[in-house]
Amino acid sequence: MTEEVTLTIDGREIRATPGDNLVKVARAHDINIPSLCYFEHLDQPLGTCRVCMCNVDGRIVPACMQRVHAGMEVAFETPKLSDMRHAVLEMMFAEGNHVCPACPKSGDCDLQRLGYEMEVRTVRFPHLFKDRYIDLNAKRTVVDTNRCVKCARCVEEVRTDDGKQVYSFCNRGNETVVAIDYEQEARLTDAQARKAMRVCPTGAIIVRGEPSWTRPFGDRRYDLHPIRGPETLVRRKKTKATPNKRDKKTVATISLAGCYGCHMSMLDTDLGLIDRVDIIEFNKSPLNDIKEFTKRCDLGIIEGGVCNSDNVEVLKEFRRQCDVLVCIGECAVWGGVPALRNTIPLRECLEETYLHCESVEPGQGVVPFDDDLPKLLDRVYACNEIVKIDHYIPGCPPNADIIWKSVANILWDEDNSILYSDFKYD
Amino acid sequence: MTPPVDDRTQLLDALWACQKRHGYIRDEDVASLADALAVSKIEIEGVVSFYHFLHRQPTGDFTVYLDNSIVSECKGFARVKQAFEHATGSAFGRTPVSRRFGLFETACIGLSDQQPAALINFYPFTNLNTLKVKQIVAALERGEPASSLCDEVANNIRFAPGGGKAIFLRDYEPGRAVRKLVGQDPQAIIDEVGRAQVRGMGGAFFPTAIKWASCRQVANSPKYVVCNADEGEPGTFKDRVLLNKYPGLVLEGMIIAAYAVGASAGIVYLRAEYQWLKHKVEAAITDLRRRKLLGTAIAGIAGFDFDIRIQLGAGAYVCGEETALLNSLEGKRGEPRTKYFYPTEKGFLDQPTVVNNVETCCAVARVLELGADHFLRTGTTKSPGTKLLSISGDCRKPGIYEVEWGTSIHEVLALCGANAPHYIQVSGPSGECVSLREADRRLALDDLRCGGSFMIFDHTRDILGILRNFTEFFKHESCGVCTPCRAGNFLVQRKLTMIGSRLARASDFSDLHNWGKVIGATSRCGLGVSATNSLRLAIERFPEYFKSRIIPDDNVTHFDLEAAVKAHEEFR
Ligand SMILES: Cc1cc2nc3c(=O)[nH]c(=O)nc-3n(C[C@H](O)[C@H](O)[C@H](O)COP(=O)(O)O)c2cc1C
Ligand code: SF4
Ligand code: SF4
Ligand code: SF4
Repeated sequence: MTEEVTLTIDGREIRATPGDNLVKVARAHDINIPSLCYFEHLDQPLGTCRVCMCNVDGRIVPACMQRVHAGMEVAFETPKLSDMRHAVLEMMFAEGNHVCPACPKSGDCDLQRLGYEMEVRTVRFPHLFKDRYIDLNAKRTVVDTNRCVKCARCVEEVRTDDGKQVYSFCNRGNETVVAIDYEQEARLTDAQARKAMRVCPTGAIIVRGEPSWTRPFGDRRYDLHPIRGPETLVRRKKTKATPNKRDKKTVATISLAGCYGCHMSMLDTDLGLIDRVDIIEFNKSPLNDIKEFTKRCDLGIIEGGVCNSDNVEVLKEFRRQCDVLVCIGECAVWGGVPALRNTIPLRECLEETYLHCESVEPGQGVVPFDDDLPKLLDRVYACNEIVKIDHYIPGCPPNADIIWKSVANILWDEDNSILYSDFKYD
Repeated sequence: MTPPVDDRTQLLDALWACQKRHGYIRDEDVASLADALAVSKIEIEGVVSFYHFLHRQPTGDFTVYLDNSIVSECKGFARVKQAFEHATGSAFGRTPVSRRFGLFETACIGLSDQQPAALINFYPFTNLNTLKVKQIVAALERGEPASSLCDEVANNIRFAPGGGKAIFLRDYEPGRAVRKLVGQDPQAIIDEVGRAQVRGMGGAFFPTAIKWASCRQVANSPKYVVCNADEGEPGTFKDRVLLNKYPGLVLEGMIIAAYAVGASAGIVYLRAEYQWLKHKVEAAITDLRRRKLLGTAIAGIAGFDFDIRIQLGAGAYVCGEETALLNSLEGKRGEPRTKYFYPTEKGFLDQPTVVNNVETCCAVARVLELGADHFLRTGTTKSPGTKLLSISGDCRKPGIYEVEWGTSIHEVLALCGANAPHYIQVSGPSGECVSLREADRRLALDDLRCGGSFMIFDHTRDILGILRNFTEFFKHESCGVCTPCRAGNFLVQRKLTMIGSRLARASDFSDLHNWGKVIGATSRCGLGVSATNSLRLAIERFPEYFKSRIIPDDNVTHFDLEAAVKAHEEFR
């Protein structure tokens, strides 16, 4: 047995066996360095995801590549490092096409869990909406390249009994995909196929016929608490020691390319609504059917993304009339469900809907176009691609409690503690 | 017939053979190679799809790879591209309908001093224009072979320091360097190279003696010496000229390295773009073997056995990164390895390996030939010796310049006849850009490091246009294995494209600057680490330009409604 050595992580002294992996050592001491590609059993770590960046002895490096040694000084929770890790995680959301409400792995997905644990409310990058495919040709598994983060776990870990690769990276750069060897894949045993789904940190590999996603909310792996840590981790956004007095504020709301689900959620507070009417005056909003702004507002609440020219005008009007704009719901935050069309050219979407679809008599269809109708945009845009947005509340829809807490936080600087179990993308 | 393979290291050669024979790699080739190597077919597909000169679709009788680097862009790329499309009736990037001409764009092919340039069936065609393209295509159609139509590539050697100070650009006599090994201890060789302060010329400037010493002390054998002739950094062509003019000198450097570290086999990893140089290197190998300077008992030193072979790359800038290069040599996807092990410890086939750049090999050969003192008499105290610059762009005399370390940017600009320089790109897109304000800076280890590429742009070139070209390059050449480089460069490219020629918000530029920092700090290999250097430095060093590109209102974005509704307007 080798002598243990002492290292420090954020100033805390930790004893560990020299040569052990830093991520493993840190996790053993409840310091949860995030990672999507790290496996304890691989002694040449994959080093692909780059979410575990730390400062080790003065250099910014991925923690998974570090073997601990005596006197090692590790910085983990600094604003700069945390921002860096966030940025890398956000890149994964921007790069892929992640629609959690429609994903079988939602609630069991490590990418999503990291998003929750690291409180990713929005992504600083514009979503790329690259057209990616779902490979349905294999016998045992389905690979959805929209959700793959190219961690290489499946490439390295999933092999047939005679050691042949089943999944491999193909192409390179931003075209890189995980491709399946159909022949070898068909030879996987049940256990091997399930392992493929398990090693995948996202919903990119799904075993055919696995009913794992039929579990209700609350029963899924990451619904209630982070992977390590207390049942209900309370997160806070910076709040003043004493909140401002609740003076009356004017609020406007709108649903752009959304389903009104977020508005329904706002109303879903039973008697709470009565309290709010005393301190919030609604101006332009579908809630009171006021169509035009009649005064300047303290806050504008936007549901839905931007899919047509009218949405653009309305959103710009909100920016002009409101001091602060907040996006609620996935659609407003990054495009959401309507943005599913973004990987398909508009012409094809319209022709499919109005000309070639089964309910249209052949030759009878017309694509609607009139100068009095709003024009469709080439794709659905996130609100922050059109105007500056100040705050984001994710969820599909976010629950009422979160919406009102966040609003109170913005308007009166009130406490904004949110339970881990309330913070959701689906 | 698919060529037979015994082991994975022969895979690239086998794939090349298929590509050349059929114009693409057929399903049966993939199947039989997978079978022979006992791997799954998808593993072979993974390798094929990594390299851009290997295709799974027919590419026609003639493949044209037109250089789309920034210098080519400045010298008329768009016109030449159009000329090729008109003359051949094919479109770029698509499988040729006619089965005659396959047209493709490719990153810098190492001919920046004679742009626009293209490779046709991998033979070089330089200084292209519309007329020349027409004539070339017509001649090919008539059945004249590309090998006889192609241009004699000029070396364009323009300058070397006088007074016998030159290190690289001087006469070469085979064996003069290697014979100096006789009677010397390997450690003494390493010490001499160390005394001359030779550093890696491939861009990382790692002290060569330290690299060799660490490989020497590893007990495992066999050991390997690899010469990195992948020269992919846009704007660089010094290695091309060295391989063309002094192939023997390069090989002698490898032999010396082998002696120093105790290696028994050497490989020149030659980029596919330089296939037309392969016979020169082969001839030099044969010549050295004939002189008993390669093979067994080299230069009569009993027990010193070492031989060299050439491995052709297949089109991937990232394979210049030494660990990616090693993977490529092993017949794998050219993904850089993690830094968990150094190549000197676990390199080619997990054996101790020294990887050195072409110019570094020449430098160590000259150390033996001329002595370390010769090096110490040139350059500066901290950076002794000289450096080869590949100069291109807006100047009268593009070509190769050997300058002493310590030469200022001003002096270089004067030497090459740059009349109105405005934006200077030192060390290629992954290096740094310099404005005239910094022209007093000197090329030196402790000031401005230069890997070799030196591109000059005058004020008619739009800076964002230059940066967009660079970003496209990195987006395309990223190996895709780590998130920040794969996704980050794509995001940067998308943003620069969206800004286009319009004005942008101040926050767009600060975003780009910040994203660049993150990509640089978190990427796995040097490609991602340096991909956003130029972008960041340009924002810092050309503040007037970027200020002139800003819209005053930060509340609205550069969203272009007119462009966004165009697709729907088509249904009017
Ligand atoms: C993306 C990338 C591309 C590179 N391309 C080359 C190259 O084309 N030629 C080269 O010699 N070194 C290249 N290098 C540097 C090599 O990794 C390595 O440092 C060099 O070959 C070592 O030899 P040296 O010490 O003699 O310079 C590249 C590095 C990176 C990160
Ligand atoms: S659950 Fe995970 S894989 Fe599925 S869409 Fe959400 S983030 Fe992506
Ligand atoms: S499919 Fe899953 S395991 Fe494989 S690389 Fe993608 S995210 Fe990783
Ligand atoms: S930085 Fe880019 S090229 Fe290097 S390993 Fe990462 S993805 Fe590959």
